[in-house]
Amino acid sequence: MAEVEETLKRIQSHKGVIATIVINAEGIPVRTTLDNSTTVQYAALLQQLIMKARSAVRDIDPQNDLTFLRIRSKKHEIMVAPDKDYLLVVVQNPCE
Amino acid sequence: MFTDASAPGADVESLWRSARSGRCEAKSCQTRKISTVEAAAQSHTSRDASVQTEQSQDVPCDFQQKVQVDYTGLQSFLQRVEDTVIKELKKNWESRAFDGFEVNWTDQNETVLCLHTLSYPEAQEQNLQVTSVSWNATGSVVACSYGRLDDGDWSTEKSYVCTWNLYRRGLNPKHPDLVVDVPSSVMCLAFHPSQPSLIAGGLFSGELVVWDTSRTEDPVILRTGMTDDTHTDPVYQVNWLPDAKHRNQSRLLSVSTDGKILVWREEGDGRLVLAEGFALVAQQIPRTSWLKKVACGEAAVGVTSLSFSHFDPRVFVVGVEGGYPLQCCMAAVTPALHCTGSSVPLRAPAELAFSPHGGPVYSVSCSPFHRNLFLSCGTDGQVHLHSMLQTQPLISLQLSKKYLFCVRWSPVRPLVFAAASGDGEVHLFDFERSSQKPAVSMKQTAGKHPVYCLEFNMKQTHLLAAGDATGAIKIWQLSSDFTEQRPREVTHLEQLASESTD
Repeated sequence: MAEVEETLKRIQSHKGVIATIVINAEGIPVRTTLDNSTTVQYAALLQQLIMKARSAVRDIDPQNDLTFLRIRSKKHEIMVAPDKDYLLVVVQNPCE
Repeated sequence: MFTDASAPGADVESLWRSARSGRCEAKSCQTRKISTVEAAAQSHTSRDASVQTEQSQDVPCDFQQKVQVDYTGLQSFLQRVEDTVIKELKKNWESRAFDGFEVNWTDQNETVLCLHTLSYPEAQEQNLQVTSVSWNATGSVVACSYGRLDDGDWSTEKSYVCTWNLYRRGLNPKHPDLVVDVPSSVMCLAFHPSQPSLIAGGLFSGELVVWDTSRTEDPVILRTGMTDDTHTDPVYQVNWLPDAKHRNQSRLLSVSTDGKILVWREEGDGRLVLAEGFALVAQQIPRTSWLKKVACGEAAVGVTSLSFSHFDPRVFVVGVEGGYPLQCCMAAVTPALHCTGSSVPLRAPAELAFSPHGGPVYSVSCSPFHRNLFLSCGTDGQVHLHSMLQTQPLISLQLSKKYLFCVRWSPVRPLVFAAASGDGEVHLFDFERSSQKPAVSMKQTAGKHPVYCLEFNMKQTHLLAAGDATGAIKIWQLSSDFTEQRPREVTHLEQLASESTD
């Protein structure tokens, strides 16, 4: 448990990181550094997006699989590391 | 041979009667008794019942506790992804891949266009000028007030308030949807922030009027009338204030060159009555080094414009005829000196005086993106960018050789503002492109007629309305450069704010 916190803290303390969220397989946020409503929104939307992205990758080539997702937006960069049980979402400010 | 004889008469008995009666016989017949039954019928009974959804209980669900977390699984997951994530975070932080890349999701408007030139011919015949423009809550209706800013005479000339709905089919630019006749010059207008049909106007006589444009008969619904509380000078700006206590009632704030800032509330019978008030007296203006020589104690300081902070509802900035902007506070308690005769004691709101312009200030505007920044402009043709934390302006820009009548921050681009100048141009200024000269200058009037007022549309952010001395309003469509926020613009604005001049 302490190690979990520690790892998250290491990621959170990285330059420009605004938020870290861990989502489980059901799309329920497990750990977050944001407020509740924003977290729920991120969790629900990114869970769907990652499923869609994964199926796109696998439909193109069944031998292939999604390993990482980066979304660049006007304000942020959203990074999602997927796994069978969890998703790690990190929101970062783009470089200054 | 012949003898009298009497022959008996022959007698034939009539037979028709008996013959007929023989064929007739009396009979009688009757229908059966018609049976009727009385019965009562009624539809099923109804009953009133009331239903309500339960108030949703926003129990702040704590994810950490509710969800059963398999810590070993989570830990191994995090260990697996940590390196990748850190690597990507580093890469992203150092990457210059997307610098200067702008995505075009929508059609770009390359140039600033004039969409409409609206005017009311009758007002133009009287040589009336557009004194103020305002967009309504939905952003589809623009209103303008006609009056005079060039002569200071008391006049009884009537003027007009006109509205156009820009999205109406068959919009006639020379024929307003609504014309309200007003007995005195209208100096300023403000649409209600949420109710699209209410407009407040301040008159040359010092009165305030509220019109409801949805009423066809008599659109006046509220007015101050001429009382002891009414302004004695023309009202130069009127604002709607949200009322904290009464949700659906709004209050009106008006400023005038008689030195008073008054807040009005609605009274039942269509009157506006004074709720609270402030007065600026020269004696109570906070002294700073440059202000020492001004020492005409009792004189009122005429207020020409006002702008509320977008971050603190109590803080506002006013521009005064003395040429300096003042930072004021709604929560002030000090009573104003030499102010008697009004029904509510007036207070002195001034907290800080900023360094002056070369002439009266005509307009101030607080930044919607930064809590300390505001702009002021005046007769010296300069725009000053001030921080509320220091008296000296951060930047002063000479935008025109003539007067500047109005300045407004863009509601969408933190680094953009617009200014209306006395030589007939509307300047759009972008600090990102240049901090010396305007990014675009639009020629509003053919001659050298001044532009008096301008207003960004808060809802349709690509529209800007500007009114001028010829009595026309131009609706400008801004190019995409002025309607889409760039990355890191707010950071630039913060840099501007933190650059101090000393």
